[in-house]
Amino acid sequence: MGRYLGRKLLIYLLTFFVAVSIDWLIPRFMPGSPVETMLARFSLRADATEVLRSYYIRAFQLDLPLWQQYLNFWSALFRGDLGVSTWLFPQPVFEIIKRAVPYDLFLLLPAIVLSWLAGNRVGAMAARVRWLDNTILPLGYVLTATPYMWLALVLAWALGNVAGLFPIAGAYSFAVRPHLSWAFLLDALWHWFLPFLSLFLVMFGGWAIGMRNMIIYELESDYSRYLESLGTPRSLIRKYAFRNAMLPQITGLALQLGTMVAGALATEIVFAYPGIGYLILQGVQNQDYFLIQGCFLFIIIGVLLANFIIDIVYVVVDPRTRLGMTGE
Amino acid sequence: MDTERPRRVRSEFLYFALRNRKLRIGLGILFFFVLFALIGPLLTSNDPNAYVGPLAQPPSKEFWFGTTTFGQDVYSQFAHGLRSTFIVGLIGGGVGTLIGVLVGLVAGYRGGLVDEILNMFTNIVLIIPTLAVLIIIAAYLTVRGILTESLFIGLTAWPWAARAIRAQTFSLRVREFVDLARMSGRSTLRILLTEIAPNMMSYLLLVFILQFGGAILNAATLDFIGLGPTQGMSLGLMMNNAVLWAALQLGMWWWLIPPGAAIAAIVGALYVMNVGLDEVFNPKLREM
Repeated sequence: MGRYLGRKLLIYLLTFFVAVSIDWLIPRFMPGSPVETMLARFSLRADATEVLRSYYIRAFQLDLPLWQQYLNFWSALFRGDLGVSTWLFPQPVFEIIKRAVPYDLFLLLPAIVLSWLAGNRVGAMAARVRWLDNTILPLGYVLTATPYMWLALVLAWALGNVAGLFPIAGAYSFAVRPHLSWAFLLDALWHWFLPFLSLFLVMFGGWAIGMRNMIIYELESDYSRYLESLGTPRSLIRKYAFRNAMLPQITGLALQLGTMVAGALATEIVFAYPGIGYLILQGVQNQDYFLIQGCFLFIIIGVLLANFIIDIVYVVVDPRTRLGMTGE
Repeated sequence: MDTERPRRVRSEFLYFALRNRKLRIGLGILFFFVLFALIGPLLTSNDPNAYVGPLAQPPSKEFWFGTTTFGQDVYSQFAHGLRSTFIVGLIGGGVGTLIGVLVGLVAGYRGGLVDEILNMFTNIVLIIPTLAVLIIIAAYLTVRGILTESLFIGLTAWPWAARAIRAQTFSLRVREFVDLARMSGRSTLRILLTEIAPNMMSYLLLVFILQFGGAILNAATLDFIGLGPTQGMSLGLMMNNAVLWAALQLGMWWWLIPPGAAIAAIVGALYVMNVGLDEVFNPKLREM
């Protein structure tokens, strides 16, 4: 078990290293000078441009040798210093992102966990009930093929704009300030529901199809046939099949994290939900490069942490990894 | 080798391919949209970005899909956007498949240290969320075209394909015919191209279809965030504009719905085709 987790941890550390290096490399080695581009877009007076240029050169530390820049980048990172936002000047990027992260977790965690659980249940059921299979399978394919933001747009338009049941922007009403009370909590849930639902539905489709196919595969395998020939009750065989089919679904969860995070970013933009996706949109529109880079790092760290948690769950669920019987 | 056998295999493949309902449905939808992308833009003389009509009009005889808040022709945007969607799919999916095949073949065939290093590299790129990388690359590119966008999408999408093909290569490289080719002194490249790759042609087709769909979805998300092509039109960009200019609040469904519906239909058709092809190639999965 130690070896298995250790190997994974090594890959995650390397991945983090590569990601931070990408974050450092891209502003410095993209064709064209980002500093000049940023200055050109502000179209300030000549003297103001000079001040801003010297600020950017100091901020990116372009006056230092490259290796020094790189080391400083890492040490700043460990101090939580991700630069200053130009969009919400002079707030530090770290603070801005810290305020957004709770909204992301509030949206993503329930959507991922619930869609995974529900998808697995319904997918397993579809494998044995013909009419369910005939409805769930096409529906699942339509849902997984749907771009996240489009389902969000459709739901916002149909349930928000036409039916008027749900608000279509923000995490809470403009009239209230965030505080701890039942009224605020209800308001927040009311705003949370549509973004959650659209994420849930797209994810659900993928899990249901995956589970359905895995269960059928397991029921065709030798151990199921053997149990069948012994006269084991069908419900018990199903139970074993379900357990075995869970494992690839857990691995799938880890592999799908990146896509799901991307989907959440797009969904937040549709609903102007103040998470990291919304920050990225603001960063793009306001050419706030530090903010975009900071968001990138937060997403990477989040995905790596989630991967590691899934690995631990996998070790708990699959005894073979504990005994060192599988390498990957 | 007699020439009779390959022909028989091919006609058998065609027989099952044409009989497969999923494949027929998927191909039908895809064909419809390809035709639309080819012919659609010719049916209108309106430039997708030009201000040609009245503001925020619902669909009418003159403007089939209505107009935007600024009086742009939504039909023209849609038809041109569809073209870029297929371009992104072809190039992005093609590049992704190509890199995946190369890395997977070499890692799987060579094994040992080469495999160890390539596999480590693949795992690292696999974990990094593709879209996050694309976002910071695109943010720092001042001029973005559809071609560069597709290229970057392909460059970040290959890892799962590489892993899948590596596993396939592993199982093929110990077969007798590969041993024979090796003993006869063929070069590694020749063996990979003439002995191993042809034996997973069906598999490569499936990989390409999935990469094609993935590239389309990635491009749509990237465009939607506002990091799409700086010139031209795409379906993601249409949705981006629609959201930024309050099409949602104004209830302009004709601007909001068509672009994403087309993407969902195309990608859905690709997935269904994939399942159908899987059944055609793998007799075990065929419905009796």
